[in-house]
Amino acid sequence: MNQLLDRLMGRGNASGSAKIAKERLQFVLVHDRLDLSPEKLKELKDEILAVISKYVAIDRNNVEISIEQRKRDNWLVADIPLTPDDKKD
Amino acid sequence: MGARVITVTSGKGGVGKTTATANISVALAQLGKKVVAIDADIGLRNLDVILGLENRIVYDLVDVVEGRCKLRQAMIKHKAYPDLYLIPAAQTRDKTAVSPSDMVDITQQLRDEFDFILIDSPAGIERGFRNAVAPADDVLIVTNPEVSSVRDADRIIGLLEAEEKGPGKLVINRVKIGMVRRGEMLSMEDVVDILAIKLIGVVPDDESVLLSSNRGEPAAGDLNSKAGQAFRNIARRLSGEEVPFMSLDGSESFFQRFVRFFSGSVSGPG
Repeated sequence: MNQLLDRLMGRGNASGSAKIAKERLQFVLVHDRLDLSPEKLKELKDEILAVISKYVAIDRNNVEISIEQRKRDNWLVADIPLTPDDKKD
Repeated sequence: MGARVITVTSGKGGVGKTTATANISVALAQLGKKVVAIDADIGLRNLDVILGLENRIVYDLVDVVEGRCKLRQAMIKHKAYPDLYLIPAAQTRDKTAVSPSDMVDITQQLRDEFDFILIDSPAGIERGFRNAVAPADDVLIVTNPEVSSVRDADRIIGLLEAEEKGPGKLVINRVKIGMVRRGEMLSMEDVVDILAIKLIGVVPDDESVLLSSNRGEPAAGDLNSKAGQAFRNIARRLSGEEVPFMSLDGSESFFQRFVRFFSGSVSGPG
């Protein structure tokens, strides 16, 4: 029934290979465009976190640093939760 | 300034650059535009066979550059489309026989007399590509909905931006409608999302394209060809008309889906 509904609504197969192709392309193009390998990006993230940690405590489990595509520009987007001093104690 | 110079390129080979150049040239000529198509793929001449002009070549682009003939003598007039001319590539030379400034000079001599000058670029990102792009006012990037050609298209867009010729406009070629509907092929929206440039054409995968290259009569001249229709739409958009895109992405109306579902027939693109 779900499949029938999907076909009537014109929805493609959500787990189809097109979705995988799109995700893989988006990933590889970020690195192509910036000439920045996944390993280098990880180093960059680690260094950013190390620098910030020198000044304030951060909640490393909830850090999110990623490269986002906006039109043809790439943005380094960082969500870094800071841990207030009183929680540390 | 006269003619607009439009370069057709792709990065990856085999995505349909030459076919697109031939078809858009024919479609522009059908709209009453004066058109010159230049084959810049020196050493791998092909635009002549797709246009059905291979038996009429006397001089070629390299003969013009090296002064063995006048520009006019290398221009082959198409019999079926009298406003369409071809300047063929040399077959026995390589890309270094022509420079980017030669291409600028040649197009400069043609601008006053024509409405459109289309340049068929070779695959790759080296000298031949730079030759083809040097005189361009507009660049069309041909891609297929498939990972390697989309990746190469992105690289080309980056190079065009670096040369301040970009970002260019996108032609998505060989879209298999059924596969897109099943979620097994990147859709028009997916490709535009990824490359983030303006779309100027979506061409369905269509047997009539092969039949027409077998015959040397581009599909744009065949009113029953869906791909031909898509190429004619591109020509109209290049001429400044607003033409809606064919629905090749499965985004048919609920009613169309309803009819298709219950009749078991496949509704073609509009």
